[in-house]
Amino acid sequence: MSRPLSDGAPGVAPAPGPADAILSVRDLSAEYVMERGTVLAVDRVSFEVGPGEFLGIVGESGCGKSTLLFAIAGLLTPPAVVSGGSVQFRGRSMVGLTDRELAAVRWKDLSVVMQSAMNALNPVKSIGAQFADALRAHGAASKEHIAGRSAEVLRMVGIDPVHLQSYPHQLSGGMRQRSMIAMALLFTPELVIMDEPTSALDVVAQRSLMVQIKELQQQLGFAVIFVTHDMSLVSHFSDRLLVMYAGQVAESGPTRRVFDTPLHPYTAGLMEAFPSIRGPRVPLTGIPGSPPNLARLPEGCRFADRCPQVMPRCLAGPPELYEVDGTLVRCFLHEEAARHD
Amino acid sequence: MTELTGRQPAAPADGAPPLLATEKLTRHFKIGNALSRRTLHAVDDVDLAIGEREIVALVGESGSGKSTIARLLARIHKPTGGEIYFQGKPLSGLRSRAAELRYRSDVPMVFQDPFSSINPVFRVSHGVMRCLALHRPELSGQQRQEEAERVFTAVGLTPAAEVLQRFPHELSGGQRQRVGFAQALAMRPKLILADEPVSMLDVSIRIGLLNLMAGLRDEEGVSVLYITHDIASARYVADRLIVMYAGQIAESGPAEEVLASPRHPYTQLLLSAVPDPRAALAVGAETDRGEPPRVIDPVPGCRFRWRCPLAIDECHRVTPPLRPLLPGRSVACHVAQADAATEAFR
Repeated sequence: MSRPLSDGAPGVAPAPGPADAILSVRDLSAEYVMERGTVLAVDRVSFEVGPGEFLGIVGESGCGKSTLLFAIAGLLTPPAVVSGGSVQFRGRSMVGLTDRELAAVRWKDLSVVMQSAMNALNPVKSIGAQFADALRAHGAASKEHIAGRSAEVLRMVGIDPVHLQSYPHQLSGGMRQRSMIAMALLFTPELVIMDEPTSALDVVAQRSLMVQIKELQQQLGFAVIFVTHDMSLVSHFSDRLLVMYAGQVAESGPTRRVFDTPLHPYTAGLMEAFPSIRGPRVPLTGIPGSPPNLARLPEGCRFADRCPQVMPRCLAGPPELYEVDGTLVRCFLHEEAARHD
Repeated sequence: MTELTGRQPAAPADGAPPLLATEKLTRHFKIGNALSRRTLHAVDDVDLAIGEREIVALVGESGSGKSTIARLLARIHKPTGGEIYFQGKPLSGLRSRAAELRYRSDVPMVFQDPFSSINPVFRVSHGVMRCLALHRPELSGQQRQEEAERVFTAVGLTPAAEVLQRFPHELSGGQRQRVGFAQALAMRPKLILADEPVSMLDVSIRIGLLNLMAGLRDEEGVSVLYITHDIASARYVADRLIVMYAGQIAESGPAEEVLASPRHPYTQLLLSAVPDPRAALAVGAETDRGEPPRVIDPVPGCRFRWRCPLAIDECHRVTPPLRPLLPGRSVACHVAQADAATEAFR
């Protein structure tokens, strides 16, 4: 069976995912409206996240992964706008909410951890004051409760609560990123969205933080959407993987499956782009060329000019997202397999 | 295809000096104000050597002093102590502007950020032409153009004549970083100092730059000091590995040997933290938070002792010197030196 999952009419077929999803993204598009024309940064992306699930979103710079996150969290600011599709969080539409309505949801049910904790934390306020701010905004009144909860979440991420008195510049990069995660957990949200939270950290600190996120997730049961450009980073931590290329979903499926048998040539190329620390030293080629300019997209497949398996039809028209054994893949190579499914 | 199999380091077996060597290279920075004068030890007593046609990777976390070493070698910083020898001659002996210029063209630098290291208002030919005019004044205008096209072709920017006429914003990050290497190559260098040249690039194009560095070694005979925090890419491209910790060398040796049997506990920790999708997840000693130390007014003792599971009394009292352990391999660790078979994190 071949079914166009995000290119057809909206809401035709659900993407594989848990039935009782807490977040359901359907045909979401986001664009940057500029004087010289609009740039479609996110092109009809659909996926679902179940309770307690860890979804990894992987892609290169400019593939639209951060814009997608911002669109989901209602954080897009002009010139970026959501231009189509829907985002349902716990059955409630997140698109078109007023700032007030959004404020009630953010932090409490859904929180966001930004890429650079250095810029996300207020440099002139202590960590404790920033935690108290978020707690008060959502109705926590008593000083004891604020102090108690702040200390509790800091301990959860492995930081001594004495650092509630510290200012961001007094903490190391790893501790700042940990306190951002602590802040995101103040209300035990159901979904934590993370935008490359470890990319500014050294490899040892990065590894330690990933293990901690996974432990907290298992302990507290929140779902995670984790955006990264480093596929190997999420290989051991995510349940499902969504690979984005030039604003679209290129491939999506269970993490192990995607790593063991990547279907899209882009995914396969990404896996071949990491030198391994173990095993024989083999020459690698990476992926030649660079991603297309989103303002001047080709008519056919967006990966065609970098693809080692390109066919004439790839240049003529864009492939749809086909389903093969529970994996979605946007590539003509798998159209047949999808049909026989 | 570039040769990747174990090349032996260009050790000066015949007694000839290495291309570049440092002896007790040290750089301190004064921090604090007049009331609290303190000293940050960015680089302390570093002895390293780089041979001809050799890629040496300098690996370490942020704050380990690896970029400071690059800047010392590029003569951006002056050493607080120690000496740098290039082709056997001490750099402190460089007196004339001509000698200084010659060293800078022998040992150029390629920077981390390809978006801010090229002047955006000029065509990319501008930088190469300036390098050629300054460092190779004997060339005529026609020869300069030919040489610029040659180096652009050598780094894979083709058609060279056309790419030379573009502006930086018309090039991708990977192409811009190739421009950086082309500029370095135009000076006919002996050694390129590459400070995190691929860390700002997308994963899919990093390999291309690493292959380029290996190609420059094999075809142009250039040595490269490859500074990186990514030990997997160091393994991919480097002949020899130098692992830095807190301003000092922790371990050095042929890349494959160091990775196959790391002797310093820090190298072992570093290796255990590298994500490898091909390997199964091994959750082991996860107590290490990866907090790098700031080396301010240090007291004697090993700088890794606070994080080291193997630390013994001696580590708290005596700074371990970098000592040869096996042929071509040196380690600065009391425990490893006492018991060469110790493995902490594996």
